[in-house]
Amino acid sequence: MSGFLTPFRQAVRRDLLLAARHKTEVITALFFFVIVVNLLPLGIGPDADLLRKIAPGALWIGALLATLLGLQRLFAPDHQDGTLEQMALSPQSFTLLIAGKIMAHWLVSGLPVVLIAPLLGVQFDLPARSLGILTLSLLLGTPILSLIGAVGAALTLGVRGSGVLLSLLILPLYIPALIFGAGAVEADLAGLGFEGHLSLLGALLLACTVFAPWVTTVALRVALE
Amino acid sequence: MSTSLINWFKFASPASFYPLAGRMVPWFAAATLLLAAAGLWVGLAVAPTDAQQGEGYRIIFVHVPASWMSMFIYCVMAFWAALGLSFNTRLSGMMTSALAPTGALFAFLSLWTGSLWGKPMWGAWWVWDARLTSQLILFFLYLGFIALQAAIDDPRRADKAGAILALVGVVNVPIIYFSVQWWNTLHQGASVSMTKAPSMAHTMLLGIRLMALAFWAYTITMALIRVRCIILERELTSEWVKKNAME
Repeated sequence: MSGFLTPFRQAVRRDLLLAARHKTEVITALFFFVIVVNLLPLGIGPDADLLRKIAPGALWIGALLATLLGLQRLFAPDHQDGTLEQMALSPQSFTLLIAGKIMAHWLVSGLPVVLIAPLLGVQFDLPARSLGILTLSLLLGTPILSLIGAVGAALTLGVRGSGVLLSLLILPLYIPALIFGAGAVEADLAGLGFEGHLSLLGALLLACTVFAPWVTTVALRVALE
Repeated sequence: MSTSLINWFKFASPASFYPLAGRMVPWFAAATLLLAAAGLWVGLAVAPTDAQQGEGYRIIFVHVPASWMSMFIYCVMAFWAALGLSFNTRLSGMMTSALAPTGALFAFLSLWTGSLWGKPMWGAWWVWDARLTSQLILFFLYLGFIALQAAIDDPRRADKAGAILALVGVVNVPIIYFSVQWWNTLHQGASVSMTKAPSMAHTMLLGIRLMALAFWAYTITMALIRVRCIILERELTSEWVKKNAME
């Protein structure tokens, strides 16, 4: 079993090591998230009731944008220096290697967002219970963003204007995750229970975990042809 | 045994499909004109005035078929995409990209006519109804597909990347539809419902059906014309184009 997952672990370790040596990229994405979320009250006004209402949506949209920021760099550097081609040719499972890269992307760009979200939620005056649900929804949801985003990153690899194109392709596909993620808090506040939303988010995560790495490798092979 | 296989794939070759498409275009164009004329006549002249909505309801004769077609064309695109990926046929990718602009047009037409209808009926150009929102997202999916294909220079890669995107999209469309529907029912009570339409007169239904058939024929006509252009563009250097198609 451990032998089967070796390529996955190696890919995760390699990408984490690369991220650790380019710390600014990680920190920039995180600050981008913090700044975008903090701009919203400045645009809307400091009314606490209103802010409490928009907080889940604001944090979720911030998380979407922060994920997009890192996605452009998911395959591009490896594509440029030929590493990606070597991965595709290697006898190890290409899908597992790619799944490892996606996992590393989430650890680097998604997890910090999840960890800092409660702090930003406090700025929006969210009660403790909502903070917990919001963080849980982001914990389940941000991997979905990385997984779906990887498909888009693979499709736009090495294409003219890939950054803008990536957002055009991926953002509509993020809608279900956004609805269930941000909706969990509101459903709880409305007394409807948040479990349903989180279950659906979990189902989406499972479906994406199964299919997204595979579709990504198909798209990457098209790009590498 | 093998002849039946060959027949299946005969028109998968651009060289043999090009003249066939050329022969089919006038027929489908004529069908479009006849069906649209009949549908508009039934819709605008024969169908009775709606008791609740007055004359304004007549926009559904364009709106409903356009919405149907926009969804149907995406499914057809996904079908060609799957075919192209599994059999590696060049024509499938060309069909997919030939259909996309018409699909986007119908999605836009459906949104536009919907908002024209919504202003007098609901008093607003736009409401965050589940159907409207998912139609808008479908429009975005079409735009994404067209943009992706336009950005890739190599046509074979554009076909394959577009095919993957179309298949990912078609899996997501129902998920998006149901999530938006749920999102809407959570946010507000059902202020506006398009599903509880009053029972329709037979002539209204006939008008809608005729217009749907007209749009269908229009889609086929435009897709064939467009696919002929794409074939010429891609095969410009090949012998058969120089011999047959350039006169």
